[in-house]
Amino acid sequence: MKDVKNVSRRSFLKGLGLASGGLIIASGTTLFVACEPKDIVEFNPNLFVQLNSDGNLILVASRSEMGQGVRTSLTSVIADEMEADWDRVSIKQAVGDAKYGDQNTDGSKSVRLLFEEMRKIGAATKAVLITAAAKKWEVPASELRAENHFVIDNNGKKIGFGDLVEIAKTLEVPKDVQLKDPKDFKYIGKYLPSKDVANLSNGSAVFGLDKRVDNMKFAAIKRCPVAFGTVKSYDKTAALKVKGVIDVVEIPMLRKPFGPLGGVAVVATNTWAAFKGKEALKVEWDLGDNNAYDSEEYMKQLTANVHKKGKVAKTVGDVEGAFKKASKTIESTYQLPHLVHAPMEVPNAVVWVQGNTCEVWAPTQEPQRTRTEVSAFLETGEENVTVNVTFLGGGFGRKSKPDYIVEAAAVSKAIKAPVQVVWTREDDIQHGYYHTVAAQYMKGGLDKDGKVTGWLHRFALPSIASTFAPGTVDPAPFESASATNVPFEIPNMQVETGEAPAHVRIGWLRSVINIPHGFAINVFADELANEAGVDPLEFRLNLIGSDRIEETKNEYKYDTARLKHVLKQAAKNADWGKKLPEGHAMGLAVHYSFLSYVASVVEVSVINNKVKVHNIHSVIDCGLAVNKNTITAQMEGAAIFGMSLAFYGKITAKNGAIEQTNFGDYQMLRMPQAPKIYVEIVENNEKPTGVGEPGVPVIAPAIVNAIFKATGNRYRTLPLKDHKLV
Amino acid sequence: MTKLKINGEIHTIDVDPDMPLLWAIRDIIGFTGTKFGCGKGFCGACMVLMDGKAVNSCQLPVSSVGENELITVEGQTENLQLLQKSWEEHNVPQCGFCQSGQLITATALLNGNSNPSEEDINNAMVRNICRCGTYPRIKKAINHSVELKNKG
Ligand code: FES
Ligand code: FES
Repeated sequence: MKDVKNVSRRSFLKGLGLASGGLIIASGTTLFVACEPKDIVEFNPNLFVQLNSDGNLILVASRSEMGQGVRTSLTSVIADEMEADWDRVSIKQAVGDAKYGDQNTDGSKSVRLLFEEMRKIGAATKAVLITAAAKKWEVPASELRAENHFVIDNNGKKIGFGDLVEIAKTLEVPKDVQLKDPKDFKYIGKYLPSKDVANLSNGSAVFGLDKRVDNMKFAAIKRCPVAFGTVKSYDKTAALKVKGVIDVVEIPMLRKPFGPLGGVAVVATNTWAAFKGKEALKVEWDLGDNNAYDSEEYMKQLTANVHKKGKVAKTVGDVEGAFKKASKTIESTYQLPHLVHAPMEVPNAVVWVQGNTCEVWAPTQEPQRTRTEVSAFLETGEENVTVNVTFLGGGFGRKSKPDYIVEAAAVSKAIKAPVQVVWTREDDIQHGYYHTVAAQYMKGGLDKDGKVTGWLHRFALPSIASTFAPGTVDPAPFESASATNVPFEIPNMQVETGEAPAHVRIGWLRSVINIPHGFAINVFADELANEAGVDPLEFRLNLIGSDRIEETKNEYKYDTARLKHVLKQAAKNADWGKKLPEGHAMGLAVHYSFLSYVASVVEVSVINNKVKVHNIHSVIDCGLAVNKNTITAQMEGAAIFGMSLAFYGKITAKNGAIEQTNFGDYQMLRMPQAPKIYVEIVENNEKPTGVGEPGVPVIAPAIVNAIFKATGNRYRTLPLKDHKLV
Repeated sequence: MTKLKINGEIHTIDVDPDMPLLWAIRDIIGFTGTKFGCGKGFCGACMVLMDGKAVNSCQLPVSSVGENELITVEGQTENLQLLQKSWEEHNVPQCGFCQSGQLITATALLNGNSNPSEEDINNAMVRNICRCGTYPRIKKAINHSVELKNKG
């Protein structure tokens, strides 16, 4: 970590039992030489900024870092408005505390929601520093400006930010401040590298799994193979015989959205002994109500539910009438399986319960919810629970759910010692919060000119709401939105939903409901284009239709011109329509999600029935591009994530238990399959919108559409591995 | 007692001889740069260099290491440091969790092949999963290191 300790040098030295001078203290990569022990004065104009009298600037990141670059993006906004020198900045990760505002790192909204606030914080800090210099020099503040960590007057006289700390501390921080003109941004809108890149390349970044506390034990937990099954009895004899195993304790099941599944924990002096002990442990389960869950049978049930009339979620015009009048109608059914997040770092947490206080170190996307859940479990006040957020080795929505952290609290409480609970990869694959499984039925009507006159989209998929309210069988409103707000200018449209009871925990996974909806909508539009005999690009642009602003419930209006623009750009960048080698073809998809507009054009080849993706051209319009380096990286990563799910993603259940076990049977894309990925970021000064997720939903349908073009075969189910294409 | 030579230092540890090297390094000796990703040899997160070659430390019992020299991502060896610089240059890491393993595999590749082709790179790096999808940047960073190396 690059955190500079929040203590004065003198107390730091005293703490080390040293009197003075000549000592070099290394804190991660930050070195400071304490030759002249002199108190460092801190200036804390607000919760997010600490300016030290030596000029070092510590900025607080309130959101969790899981590879999306949020620590750098958010703090660089403060630094930019503050006119700070980025090299003097170090980043401190906030603990989970409501005083920082919402910290839920989820839904591609950190930058979107905090951009203005971070700007104001930076601008207010700059204003105080200018006032401080004005006081010191006894000149009007209007004659001064800030630049690169200095306040400067019109004659070029300057004073460092650090030297203004003493005076600044005595001043009031202004509320109303002037923000910069975007054309003067120094860090915002640039390819600013992540502050963490070195630590993430040399093994020094501390992930949850790397956290160590004195006397810490390690634990692995055996859970029921069927969701919400319970422990009947267990025999710990064999587990206790494993060298290094010290205890075996039962963990309660808390049937709450984020409560532990329950099970039996094996506590040991090292992870491996805990894993071995877990294997040796014998547990008898009461499998509970979900023990008949068979995902293959279930898909048949979902499919039947979309082949009959459902509940109407949206209707425009008269879709049945349109189908009657159409000169041609087509129907398609799409089936997509469950997925699991499988972040590279498995769920894990270190928790130390001491009496009624508790300290947590965990890779969590949701530190405040963690605090609430842990304190509820321990029946103690939230103020007694400290949640430290480590680096996350990937999250993708899995680490929004603190079940694994509450587990560690339960074990620590039982053994009265700090403990790290570590999930095996098998645990991660088999006890997740699964991405929904979906059946979708689409029907379209075309008139004699090939214009679409009717559009029916019916889907059934177990809802995330079932995790919060067991027994829920209908989708939550947000789970219909990406189908109901389809931006097509079609006079008669209807969206219907079918019932879908959940038999596993359903969670949100990178881009969530946009995966199934983006797939069905984009593939079906391609099928209609083919039926109409029109080029898919031209057909799609016509389907989106006129430039218009669709009304939404928030201030971000859905703009069809922006949607068409990303599609046109992606097509242009890919040179859509150009002559391709034998067996090659292009496919496209376009989708609006997390308030951003994304289109991708992929080029595939299918040779000897094997598909290869050669290149992907993606274009994103996410409003003002706060960090182009991060946005490009997220779009590249989203393409790979989308390819993994298109090629391999499939979780199945038999007798209630998940059949996949590890990366051997839940495969990921690997380097030889990775295509060339080209990303264009649309330049504009609209409000920043989502980046982490919107690149995902377009990939699978674009590939399927390209395969159709190349082969004439239309694949309506994923993964492609099941079609022996990979 | 088992003796392990890691990053130039000898560590004497008292563990079961069949404990995988990964856990000896992480939990007993305390170098946490080497990661656990799958425990089954699928993902490469646990790669370390053994006599310059990349091995999945989750699959290697400590007893089979013998006198061989081990280097982890925290260690010093020319190609590793060169690659780390290129990793920074190309902003490779996203979450970073897989990157120790990626760097070790890439180091072993350059140790055995100072001018790898695209196919050589793919064949070596196929052992490592990156769930964040940094493959394009990893490839660029490896090529960048190769260029630096060959410039001398
Ligand atoms: S942890 Fe060793 S290969 Fe995955
Ligand atoms: S950078 Fe996250 S898994 Fe590779």
